[in-house]
Amino acid sequence: MSLNTLSQQLNSLDVESDDAFSKLANLANQAVDYLGAIQINRTIDRLVNKPNAVKLAVLSSATCDHLVPGIRLAALRRGLLIEIYCGQYGQYRHEIMQPPSSLRAFAPEYILLSLHADSLLGQISPASSPDEVDAILNLQVESLIQLWSQAKANFGVSVVQQSFLDTAPPLFGNLDRMQSASPFQRVQVLNQKLAEAAHREQTGLLDVSKASRQKGLTHWFDRARWLQAKMEIAPAAALDFGELMAQYLNAQLGKARKCLVLDLDNTLWGGVIGDDGLDGIILGQGTAVGEAHLFIQSYAKSLKERGIVLAVCSKNEEKIARAAFTDHPDMVLSLDDIAVFIANWQDKAVNLQTIATTLNIGLASLVFLDDNPAERERIRTALPMVAVPEVGDDPTYFVDVLAGQGYFEAATFTQEDMQRAAHYSANSKRQMSMETAVTIDDYLADLSMQMMHGPVSQLELPRATQLMAKTNQFNTTTRRYSQEEIAAFADDLSCISFQARLQDKFGDNGLVSVALLASSSADSKTLVIENWIMSCRVFGRNLEGAIMNLLVAQSLELGAEHLRAEFIPTAKNGVIENLFATLGFHLQSTSTTETQIWEISLADYQLIPTYISVKENT
Amino acid sequence: MTDEELLRSFSQTLGDLLGTTDLELTLETLRSEVPGWDSFNYINFIVAIEIGHNVKFKVADVESFRNVGQIVSELQAMLA
Repeated sequence: MSLNTLSQQLNSLDVESDDAFSKLANLANQAVDYLGAIQINRTIDRLVNKPNAVKLAVLSSATCDHLVPGIRLAALRRGLLIEIYCGQYGQYRHEIMQPPSSLRAFAPEYILLSLHADSLLGQISPASSPDEVDAILNLQVESLIQLWSQAKANFGVSVVQQSFLDTAPPLFGNLDRMQSASPFQRVQVLNQKLAEAAHREQTGLLDVSKASRQKGLTHWFDRARWLQAKMEIAPAAALDFGELMAQYLNAQLGKARKCLVLDLDNTLWGGVIGDDGLDGIILGQGTAVGEAHLFIQSYAKSLKERGIVLAVCSKNEEKIARAAFTDHPDMVLSLDDIAVFIANWQDKAVNLQTIATTLNIGLASLVFLDDNPAERERIRTALPMVAVPEVGDDPTYFVDVLAGQGYFEAATFTQEDMQRAAHYSANSKRQMSMETAVTIDDYLADLSMQMMHGPVSQLELPRATQLMAKTNQFNTTTRRYSQEEIAAFADDLSCISFQARLQDKFGDNGLVSVALLASSSADSKTLVIENWIMSCRVFGRNLEGAIMNLLVAQSLELGAEHLRAEFIPTAKNGVIENLFATLGFHLQSTSTTETQIWEISLADYQLIPTYISVKENT
Repeated sequence: MTDEELLRSFSQTLGDLLGTTDLELTLETLRSEVPGWDSFNYINFIVAIEIGHNVKFKVADVESFRNVGQIVSELQAMLA
């Protein structure tokens, strides 16, 4: 796509139309270079109707203005609008310690610290002793940790630290890795210490150092740009940097994808099993093609093990397709790895909808991997919210293309994630069990559900924060909270922080619901449900009833007389639009912003019968 | 490419960069004569030319260009 054409496309965009943002997002999906990113960035600002923006401050020891277009372009590709405050060259410490009024007024939600290694390690010489080097590295990491907490305290933001780019040429050559004072090794160790500290301090890591390996240092760092404009990230790499940042923010906002849908013929194995037979498909050691398909299966298996749900969607006879999983000796994936298995001759768009419904996740959570360009095109047209990587026609590179898109970027990784794929698998068994159960009451009674609940303690804090960040359906106000903010509810005796786990006969669903209540500023006898979220995994169990029974009891213990709830409708939480009515609340008012206020007098509350036994965490 | 063709392409590139339409650079144009063409956008312009023509200007040349004509002639030398 030539620049002229992009300019013309941008000029012909009606910036006043309602859907200009999504149209621009479509334009942004073509291959764009640095100049194109600058043009698209400027067009974003001209749009009249825009979604709510995520506010990011980039504070740096180098120049960062040239990073802005790439970040906003990559965000736009994900349907996100990001507003960026760019710090002054080298002023990051000052900007955090004594924030200028412009930064205060900007009120960032995220702060990215983009620092170059020389700004911290300049005093190390190749002749420094290992102890000296270690002391300096520790000191610098300590000072970063202080900076992070200062930023969190001053702005109440999430902090993201960029890992350090190693821009130094070799000094000792092959010996560099063995010399702690070599420019290479000091950055290596600094990055390691940085990652450990960030993990400990719940600071995000933007791993530029790791990402730069893909295209190499000559792409990421251009000494001319460093000398001319103190750009540490080369303008050509600004787009890769933007992708990395947008991937991170997308995951933080709970928009990372959850499920990989796999085609079978010529994707999981070579050939067409219906035609070639079980013995005829190409899979396994011995041929390059067979190993390429093994590699795809192994990567899918790793994704499953880190909590990504796998599904199969194939045009095949189901019996024949399943036989490959049970009978072929070289299969890496087994039927147990696949949460939903669909092999039929229907339109794949219909089948993907069935997969999403069965798993109770949105279509926007799916990634569709298929070797057939016609099927890819069909899904892109019919279901544009499904991600369809353009994998080309050589299965050798399917994994690289898929992984390069960062669809499954993890915001955090918890014990729960490891078990999630198992949950979903059990869930589709539950779904089938529901289809055979006589009545919904029989089904619920048969599930043998047990809820364990308690306040959100330190132990649950990471999972509770993660769940609140990514839950969009059962989410009464869609307010997002940092760990610190949730912890504040738990620490305040006038507030209630509530979390619940749910077990049933198919397994442990883990932590599935969080509610945060605070007393009303106007009326101390009224507790307000600031937010209440529940995982879609446990919809339809009347867990909400069991939880409300407990919230009412706890509110009474705090001396409250009324419970108030806000319901802020969004495009995604329609599933709970009748929630508070069902629980016996009364609608008080509907303001112009569509926020609904619901109330109930605790004396009038009728205990809701459920099939869930309740146990308090001790 | 002739100097005129490069000038047209430069004008388009700089216009795209600055968001200005019907910009017409001449060999004599000075940076100070184009509104918004500050030092940051000077580097951005150099980057865009480098990417567009797959060339690399010497740091010394970038520092010494006095007008658009000097950029054109250096690019011509590199493309020759």
